[in-house]
Amino acid sequence: MELSREQLLFLYTTMVKIRLFEERIQDLYARGVVPGLAHLYVGQEAVAAGVCAQLEPRDYITSTHRGHGHVIAKGAQLKYMMAELFGKKTGYCKGKGGSMHIADVEIGVLGANGIAGGGIPIAVGAALSSKMRGTDQVTVCFFGDGSSNNGVFHEGLNLASVNRLPVVFVCENNLYGISVSQKQHQLIEDISVRSIAYSMPGVTVDGNDVVAVFQEAGKAIRRARAGEGPTLLECKTYRWRGHHEGDPNQGRRYRSMEEVQQWMERCPIKRLEQTLLGKRIATRKRLQEIWESTRGEIDSAVQYAQESPFPQPQDLYEDVYS
Amino acid sequence: MRELTYAQAINEALLQNMERDERVFLMGEDIGKYGGIFQVTAGLLDRFGPQRVMDTPISEAGFVGAAVGAAMTGMRPVVEIMFIDFTTVCMDMIVNQMAKIHYMFGGRGKVPMVLRTNIGAGRGAAAQHSQSFHAFFVHIPGLMVVTPSSPYDAKGLLTTAIQDDNPVIFVEHKKLYATKGPVPEEFYTIPFGRAELKRKGRHITVVATHEMVNRTLRVAEELARQGVELEVIDPRTLRPLDQETILDSVKKTGRLIVADEGPVTCGIHAEIAALVAEQAVEYLQAPILRVGSPDTPVPFSPPLEQIYIPDEEDIRDAVERLRAYL
Repeated sequence: MELSREQLLFLYTTMVKIRLFEERIQDLYARGVVPGLAHLYVGQEAVAAGVCAQLEPRDYITSTHRGHGHVIAKGAQLKYMMAELFGKKTGYCKGKGGSMHIADVEIGVLGANGIAGGGIPIAVGAALSSKMRGTDQVTVCFFGDGSSNNGVFHEGLNLASVNRLPVVFVCENNLYGISVSQKQHQLIEDISVRSIAYSMPGVTVDGNDVVAVFQEAGKAIRRARAGEGPTLLECKTYRWRGHHEGDPNQGRRYRSMEEVQQWMERCPIKRLEQTLLGKRIATRKRLQEIWESTRGEIDSAVQYAQESPFPQPQDLYEDVYS
Repeated sequence: MRELTYAQAINEALLQNMERDERVFLMGEDIGKYGGIFQVTAGLLDRFGPQRVMDTPISEAGFVGAAVGAAMTGMRPVVEIMFIDFTTVCMDMIVNQMAKIHYMFGGRGKVPMVLRTNIGAGRGAAAQHSQSFHAFFVHIPGLMVVTPSSPYDAKGLLTTAIQDDNPVIFVEHKKLYATKGPVPEEFYTIPFGRAELKRKGRHITVVATHEMVNRTLRVAEELARQGVELEVIDPRTLRPLDQETILDSVKKTGRLIVADEGPVTCGIHAEIAALVAEQAVEYLQAPILRVGSPDTPVPFSPPLEQIYIPDEEDIRDAVERLRAYL
């Protein structure tokens, strides 16, 4: 299925938004403005953009410790995200969650999760709930290659499979679990083969090709929405930065410069750009405008975050119980 | 009033809540046709069907986590973990997800779910089916911890737990499942954080939980004949804890024994003792004593297991030690 001009530009804009957001965090983090941990998504933009573009606002996602991209692609507002990363009261979690825990149930974000694989059973439960409530909502569950070794991955897939739940398991295989390469932690090459054990379709896609991700995610999501059950979709991609900002040498202790360089040449944004220009879908000027207006959005998000107040001492005790 | 067993009372609470609120559903291992390992869910599958009484695969982390997701998206799941010992395989879901999602997300998203499980040794089930570590969960902010000691309380507290918007750990006691007591047929709730004064007395306050309540009441009956009056308080919920009732009682009696079946070290006993030490030390006329399990795993051999279980004799011994201060 060919994508329309609008669809392609939408995917491009989402990826640019994620890229620029993350690059700004990288800068703010280095300057000590953003506290705590920041696990950047740079290089993996095609996965979040391609998958979430297939979702409706009513659909759910669960995300990971590297979650900014998923949350942005699902429609989160940059200013609330930025404020949360600054630890401000106006942030998505009132400054109590930070980078790893951004959530907004209103837009279907059931939370980024600091525990590898933690979101898998939660996604299964959201899918169970929508089935029980008789809605046609779909849940997408993002997790990494490392999480697929965790018990809850297997428990979650089995539970979803046996109940034919409307959930799509999206494994972002970025080849590293912190510093341990996939080759060291799994003897399988394609994580999607694990779907066989749970009698569901398993698909591996080039995770740097946003059009391919969009198309495969679309099939899986339509299948889920039609009541045909879960799919395991593996997207092979790469993180350009280290595990987190502050990772020694941005990961060069456990991977070579050449390897990083090779993957940077496969930049998902450049790739789509070539398609857009080559097919004359957009001019270079139009694309530049997208970068500029997105930069403006991020500037105002940073300004909003800077001007926002920190939580008050008494806020510590709020929201422990509802 | 008619009498029901503790297990029947819980069953009735589940049934009435499922009838009244279609968001309520049950998940757990062998809770369907089998009726649950302790027959607590017996008959509910026939009544509500497999959609609402879900037999899960053996995968506690998977289905407890699924309950969290379902609770966040509009359902009210009640999960059964066959023995509290098995909660250890889903601790991440309980401690890192269920307990703190509401706070971590700045109040975005509620997790209105109940995790039912049970404690207690005495069935010869050895070290992995007999533990009493409900105090683990009291340690985790975000969870409510409920410990009913009678069929009446079990029914009323479970309804409160199901209606509550917070995640609740509902801790039953194996030895209590077959005990009978008066239970109203109607739908009722018992508020969290309200202890029950089980017996009035002026000499020694005993804060007791679960089956320790009944054991203490039996001892209190004997001792009353000897002129020693125990005041027996059942907190009913350990979080929130009714501090006021405990402190008021200690201020009156000046002496405190805490009796709970969990291991004494870092148990709920220590928490209640610390509460009194911090807020009413000037009223104390005697050391605070703890009655609970020894710091060993639960042994299998029946005579050893009997020694392990804190019982009437241990309560009597504690009272005996306090006699010097009367």
